[in-house]
Amino acid sequence: MEVMMSIVVGILFAVATYLILSKSILRILLGTVIISHGAHLLILTMGGLKTGAPPLLGQEAPAYTDPLPQALILTAIVIAFGVTALVFVLAYRSYQELGTDDMEQLRGNDNE
Amino acid sequence: MRINDVILQTTAKVISFIILTFGIYIFFAGHHIPGGGFIGGLITTSALVLLYVAFDMETMNKVIPIDFKKMTALGLLIAVSTGLGALLFDQPFLTHTFGYFDLPILGEAELATAVLFDIGVFLTVTGVAVTIILTIGEDEKWK
Amino acid sequence: MNNLVIIPIIIPLLAGIISIFFLKHIVWQRWIGSVALIGTVLVSFYLLNQVYANGIQTLELGGWAPPFGIVLVADMLSALLTLTTSVIGLACFIYAFKSVGEGRERHFFYPVFLFLITGVIASFLTGDLFNLFVCFEVLLISSYVLISIGGTKPQLRESMKYILVNIVSSAFFVIGVAFLYAVTGTLNMADLSQRIADVGQTGFLTVLSIFLLIVFGIKAALFLYFWLPGSYRVPPPAVQAIFAALLTKVGIYAIIRIFTLIFYHQPDITHQLLAWLAALTMLLGVIGAVASWDVLRILAYNIVAAVGIVIFGLASFSATGLEGALFYLVHDMVIKAVLFLLAGAMISITGTTNLRKMGGLIVHHPILGWMFFIAAIALAGIPPLSGFIGKLLIIQGGIETEHYWITGILLLSSLLILYSVIKIFMNGFWGEQKLSRDEEKGNTKGLLAPCAFLVAISIFWGVGAEWIYPYIEMATQTLTDPSIYIQSVLNIKE
Repeated sequence: MEVMMSIVVGILFAVATYLILSKSILRILLGTVIISHGAHLLILTMGGLKTGAPPLLGQEAPAYTDPLPQALILTAIVIAFGVTALVFVLAYRSYQELGTDDMEQLRGNDNE
Repeated sequence: MRINDVILQTTAKVISFIILTFGIYIFFAGHHIPGGGFIGGLITTSALVLLYVAFDMETMNKVIPIDFKKMTALGLLIAVSTGLGALLFDQPFLTHTFGYFDLPILGEAELATAVLFDIGVFLTVTGVAVTIILTIGEDEKWK
Repeated sequence: MNNLVIIPIIIPLLAGIISIFFLKHIVWQRWIGSVALIGTVLVSFYLLNQVYANGIQTLELGGWAPPFGIVLVADMLSALLTLTTSVIGLACFIYAFKSVGEGRERHFFYPVFLFLITGVIASFLTGDLFNLFVCFEVLLISSYVLISIGGTKPQLRESMKYILVNIVSSAFFVIGVAFLYAVTGTLNMADLSQRIADVGQTGFLTVLSIFLLIVFGIKAALFLYFWLPGSYRVPPPAVQAIFAALLTKVGIYAIIRIFTLIFYHQPDITHQLLAWLAALTMLLGVIGAVASWDVLRILAYNIVAAVGIVIFGLASFSATGLEGALFYLVHDMVIKAVLFLLAGAMISITGTTNLRKMGGLIVHHPILGWMFFIAAIALAGIPPLSGFIGKLLIIQGGIETEHYWITGILLLSSLLILYSVIKIFMNGFWGEQKLSRDEEKGNTKGLLAPCAFLVAISIFWGVGAEWIYPYIEMATQTLTDPSIYIQSVLNIKE
């Protein structure tokens, strides 16, 4: 199962890389969302999948799943959620202000 | 063009209260089974957002005159203060405790200080999520 | 257990939260923030002296013993950087009163500023790698807001790039943490260090360390500095100063921490790489600084060059080099803040960032001019000012460990740094006077006091090195001998 998941993570990273390298801001943002999901899935996979009973519920099972990766993912998801929301609003604002969503046209110049 | 939204408004009135109740249930359930401030807050947000979708923003601002940014701040303040409370008893920051008490109607109940922290989380999550959606929705151009 | 460790994090956090309730009352926000930051300075100073007297202070959050719970650790390095951060934060906060404009002040400027300070201090004090990620995110999200607040066109343009680069590097951080957890089964830094010492730093771990170096390299502008010169030009001067002083330094702190505490077993690979990266960073940084005629761009490239110098002190991997790196790190934080604040005052007077359009400012602004001169020669490391001791120790460390080439590059780059900042002084303050008193676009009222405060601290850092040295020595001891850190975090009694 871990091998399967690793392949899925790889595919997510590939998709994200492709999107991040494109020109449109919206696509880049979707790429960052996918790369952070890939990273979260990677934590889950790296912690080992389904090695025992759910943690913290009762004390009878012989083995428990490691709760730490889940806690890490929850934190990372919340952070990614906040950052994504902020960036989408900002991207929308900059689209309104600058009139373009093409990164090529956002190159810096010193004339301003 | 005025869209006819009678069905949406009528169902929203009923459903949002069911969702709100469910959100509060999930919030209190979180102490021992899956649930808690974060998910409870998000469910509550979905109820509020449903109302904002069904009715327009001016009506909603009249019905719920809450500044959600301040709600976020209040939530943070509560969460941090519960952590600071541990300092008064010379315990490490964020230490929580619980006890069993006999309450008048409920009988013996478990009361935990972690719930106070969770109230902070609940308020923060609700405040932030609603603020995000309102910020995008407030744009004049979309009206 | 010592609850004092959390206080420098809590004070700015609480002040930031409370400021949100007073969004309409700008004066109250200023008072709340100033009082909070003064409080943070005092507490940090107390913490520093407690660490000096009693050794490393730790706090297990929620009473969960490490390595299971999150632990905050104040060793000498963390305490020193915490104090420096709060002092610089205070100066920039006061500078912001007169320079950011009312629009920003009404839209969460002060709360977000305080959250940024919270994130930076928390990054210095945490003893857990994942928690370091969380604190990084606190300060990064605050920086996203600070860089884009105001919403002018150049700001939006540059902040999109800044944010995208940082989101990708944060995703890499999470990936690195995931791999590290898979290999070692822990994320507590002391526990990581112990486990890696037990099983040996295998090839996979070395690769991981370099992966994390990429992450921190982007944040610290170590060789991967391409995002820095553009994005540091756009926010208001108070924000530029705090970014220049703190953000890259958090990355440097993380590099110093992981390469002295966790991945120190293969110095011929990792530290050699660090040394060459440092050399390249210094060279490219000074080339950028020398080539530019834009005040802010020159200073921004100087940040890059200074990152190289500090990392070279670490890379030489000798006690002398490390002492130099720490001396220079604190010096650089203070001096970069001063330079950006003074440049902000220059720009508010002349209304341009182009050096060719400035000139003769010293006629009407002698105090500003001479403060800039002191800061400039302190940056370059003229004795007895503060840059000298750090550089001297780094060079000693470099020669001891036979990095002659890179030491040469360091000396050359110091010379060019001196040239680049004196260029600002010569063209901006001396020369033909371009603006008469009436033509000036703004004044420096309320801007000079915080600068003078930081210049005084910088002078003290150089002249008072005799008093400061024991602190630096103690910090270096902890860094060169990880067992001190491990024992006090994991409560191992000898």
